[in-house]
Amino acid sequence: MKKIYLDYAATTPVSEKVYEKMNPFFSDCYGNPSSLHSQGRKAKEAVEKTRKNIKNKLNAKKHKLVFTSGGTESNNLAIKGLAYKNPSKKHIITTKIEHDCVLNTCKWLEKQGYEITYLSVDEEGFVNLEELEKKIKKETLLVSIIHANNEIGTIQDLKKISQICHQKGTILHSDACQSFTKVPIDVIEEDIDLLTINAHKIYGPKGVGALLIKDYLNVEPLFHGGHHEEGIRSGTLNVSGIVGFGEAINEISLKDIEHMTKLRNKMIKELKNIKDVRINGSLEKRLCNNINVTFKDAEGESIVLHLDNRGIFASTGSACSSNTLKSSHVLSAIGLKQEDSHGSVRFSLGKETTEEDIDYVITNIKEIISLLREMNPL
Amino acid sequence: MVEYSKKVMDNFFRPKNMGEIKEADGVGKVGNKVCGDIMYIYIKVEKKENKEYIKEIKFKTLGCAAAIATSSIITEIAKGKTIEDAKKITKEDVAEQLGGLPPIKMHCSNLSSEALKRAIDDYLSKNK
Repeated sequence: MKKIYLDYAATTPVSEKVYEKMNPFFSDCYGNPSSLHSQGRKAKEAVEKTRKNIKNKLNAKKHKLVFTSGGTESNNLAIKGLAYKNPSKKHIITTKIEHDCVLNTCKWLEKQGYEITYLSVDEEGFVNLEELEKKIKKETLLVSIIHANNEIGTIQDLKKISQICHQKGTILHSDACQSFTKVPIDVIEEDIDLLTINAHKIYGPKGVGALLIKDYLNVEPLFHGGHHEEGIRSGTLNVSGIVGFGEAINEISLKDIEHMTKLRNKMIKELKNIKDVRINGSLEKRLCNNINVTFKDAEGESIVLHLDNRGIFASTGSACSSNTLKSSHVLSAIGLKQEDSHGSVRFSLGKETTEEDIDYVITNIKEIISLLREMNPL
Repeated sequence: MVEYSKKVMDNFFRPKNMGEIKEADGVGKVGNKVCGDIMYIYIKVEKKENKEYIKEIKFKTLGCAAAIATSSIITEIAKGKTIEDAKKITKEDVAEQLGGLPPIKMHCSNLSSEALKRAIDDYLSKNK
């Protein structure tokens, strides 16, 4: 059976190039970068070269880059790390459409006595900038806003957001796990104080990420240990993973972005031909590989399982598929009622996706939707 | 994502007795749009030697795999049973016949025994 993976926003495969780069660091160049001997120095050299390359990619001339275990850790480190370091400011602003690791970090801080403001978004998923400006106060320690949303693909204007934050004297953190290498980011030009990135969304390995931190900012470490990463993140460095991360940043080319954009537009156009569908998120400022669609009178878990049975891998924001039985907080933030969000499916494309893949998916999704709608008693 | 047994998947992909009975003797409706599962069970009842049997049973369901599979399996369990016995079918019986259901699906999507009860009550109320 044909296998079409359309869940690249969940994770990507490790590319062959990345895999090859990582390989020597398992059993050949396996030294601990903290060791003084030449094996250790070789590993350290590889790590530092990677650090430089990633910083260059983001124009991070005034930032330090700390390697972590991934997006979740980087977001935790940014928010909690800053909070622990600055106990006098107890107000944090974020949005209703953040990834769970930001939302749940903020909710946890709420229990520790922090005041958290969750900004609303419009029906396309854009943060209300006037609301942002109004909500920043003297006690506001940090604003944390996701760059490109993982569910609906809407890309925020970080430059405008950072201008507002800095005019009002607060710090901006952004989770860029979905956008990194797909949307150009220049942390000097856009003036971003802290930025979360990771490897496994860009053809790198799982379990590696990084946090960029403006040089003059300090965060309290979450892990205490052997003073790795200038004491900000202790733990022996994941050398092979870091090297893989460094290679992965070159995986998605401008041509790949154009290719994915073209296929995304084709798929959205053909999905719109199906009766009673809604495309979620912005059509203009949207990740090149994201499609989020709601089918009326069909349930997301059923759709995804039928797709899986036909070799197509996608994901859903339906309440019925989540472990909490709550529908996607992102879809409710853009105004979908719970009863309307059950039939939501996210397709996320990769650079390997072909036009034939899209045709195959469209043919099958049409069959599945009519099959499920036939079963609807209403 | 929750994990389903093979039996659940079989009933989900190849549901038994899916459809509507046009002149049903009883219809049982459960669920609502907000929770996402809506289930209708249709029955035809036959009287034999003073007893009432479920002669035909069909379902229509909008919902997740568990909702569809529990609908499908109950039509198989209930077919040919007397209405007294059919009313005794519980959620647990349905889950057991499916080789178990994920705990989270036990209450939200395992609605078919309730739908069947309502279909029988609907029949009884019309045939007093």
